[in-house]
Amino acid sequence: MTREAIGQAVIDIIRDIVPDEDCTGLDPEKNLRDQLDLDSMDFLDIVMELRKKYGVEVPEADYGKLATLKSCVEYLTPALASR
Amino acid sequence: MNTSPHDTIVITGVGLTAPNGQSLAEFRSNLLAGVSGVTPYSVRYFGDTVAGLCQFDTGRYQSRKELRIGTRAGSISIYCAHEALRDAGLALPDLDRSRLGVFIGITEHGNVETENEIYEISKFNYDIKYWSHHHNPRTVANNPAGEVTVNLGITGPHYTIGAACAAGNLGVVNGVQQLLLGEVDLALAGGVSESPRTFGIFAAFRSQNALASHADPRQASRPFDRARNGIVVSEGGALFVLERLDRALARGAHIYGEIAGYAYNSDALDMVLPNPERQTECMRRAIARAGLRPQDIHLVNTHATGTPAGDAKECEAIRAVFGPECTETWVNNTKSFIGHTMGAAGALELAGNLPSFDDRRVHPTINLDDLDPECALNGLVAGRPQTAKKLDTILNNSFGMLGINCVLVVRRHRG
Repeated sequence: MTREAIGQAVIDIIRDIVPDEDCTGLDPEKNLRDQLDLDSMDFLDIVMELRKKYGVEVPEADYGKLATLKSCVEYLTPALASR
Repeated sequence: MNTSPHDTIVITGVGLTAPNGQSLAEFRSNLLAGVSGVTPYSVRYFGDTVAGLCQFDTGRYQSRKELRIGTRAGSISIYCAHEALRDAGLALPDLDRSRLGVFIGITEHGNVETENEIYEISKFNYDIKYWSHHHNPRTVANNPAGEVTVNLGITGPHYTIGAACAAGNLGVVNGVQQLLLGEVDLALAGGVSESPRTFGIFAAFRSQNALASHADPRQASRPFDRARNGIVVSEGGALFVLERLDRALARGAHIYGEIAGYAYNSDALDMVLPNPERQTECMRRAIARAGLRPQDIHLVNTHATGTPAGDAKECEAIRAVFGPECTETWVNNTKSFIGHTMGAAGALELAGNLPSFDDRRVHPTINLDDLDPECALNGLVAGRPQTAKKLDTILNNSFGMLGINCVLVVRRHRG
């Protein structure tokens, strides 16, 4: 997957998790929770969907690395680049 | 029961969803017109069957996210709660929501959500790391009532009442009691069911030889008929706004009826088979608490679900209470239209009959083509509505597994 595709995959997951939110035009540098109404249970849903859809395990210690769209892409690229 | 305006509890709002109506007006109209809400249905693992499903607009009061993380029972409850408050002329911003309580009867809760999760992890070789963190808040027993409080910002008490198929009535009783105890000023009380979403209830009733089947789904629920062959599993909900009569009068509320009496007891006999002696006792106690005699009851809304044994036992109990002196007592059955809405049944069936206080019309029992002699009752209304000479009182029966009985008596308010 390209970095762009990984970013889109994350946005698609978020869109399903908070379907009432507008996910267009997200600032990749800004904290996702500052831009969207995402609570801690939603965040766990993101982790679950990454596990279900892409087989990616995100240990609790790494949750902070999913703070922004850009950091999500950085974090997920090693696992998803070859897919 | 005490009849002072302060200690009389009245119904001032009705919110409901039924397989044949998403408002009291639509529900009532279909009950008088003989319109069934039972349709073909297919459920995971079980396959094709029939059921009563509700077509209310889930997006009217809930966001898409709320729908994603919540339960069907929660959605039904939220819809009914909003509709009931609106019907009562109560606007949320004007209410002291710390003095509003939510008391919802349920037959069961959590089966649907547990089955869903097991199905979900089956796609991942039953690896439990795919088990959702939403499972616990979805399956805690207070879920349907709790979802109402979260959605409406209600900070008063909430809980569910697990009472098998007597739960709808027992939800109302709890609302009355909490008002009389002074715990709340307003109560949203009644019952809900999401049961058709679980295959287990269908499979268990089939294994018990108690699941209805018929070539025409609309004719599958046929209490008292010789050809009845079991229960139609349905979803639904009904919540009432309950308040003290003096408060209702002060704000000029429309009063659907007064809770005149109630009773609840236990068969202490069997896991599933009912005991007409205890049902008789429960009806007599409810009538006595209302300060009435059996002949003062003008409409008996039966619990009968369409099982061979259950219907006959209830009729035996009704015959024991309502003798030949009860010349103005009519009897009907609502499940013949909507199937068995389980935890909602008592409240929903009462709701469908409340307009009788205004029009004196008694909706019929449908699908009663060949009366089982064991179910013969004086005043049984079949096929077409009946207009009563007097209709001031309704007795509503609800009975459930493990021998739980709850009877409500509601009286027309003489304004």
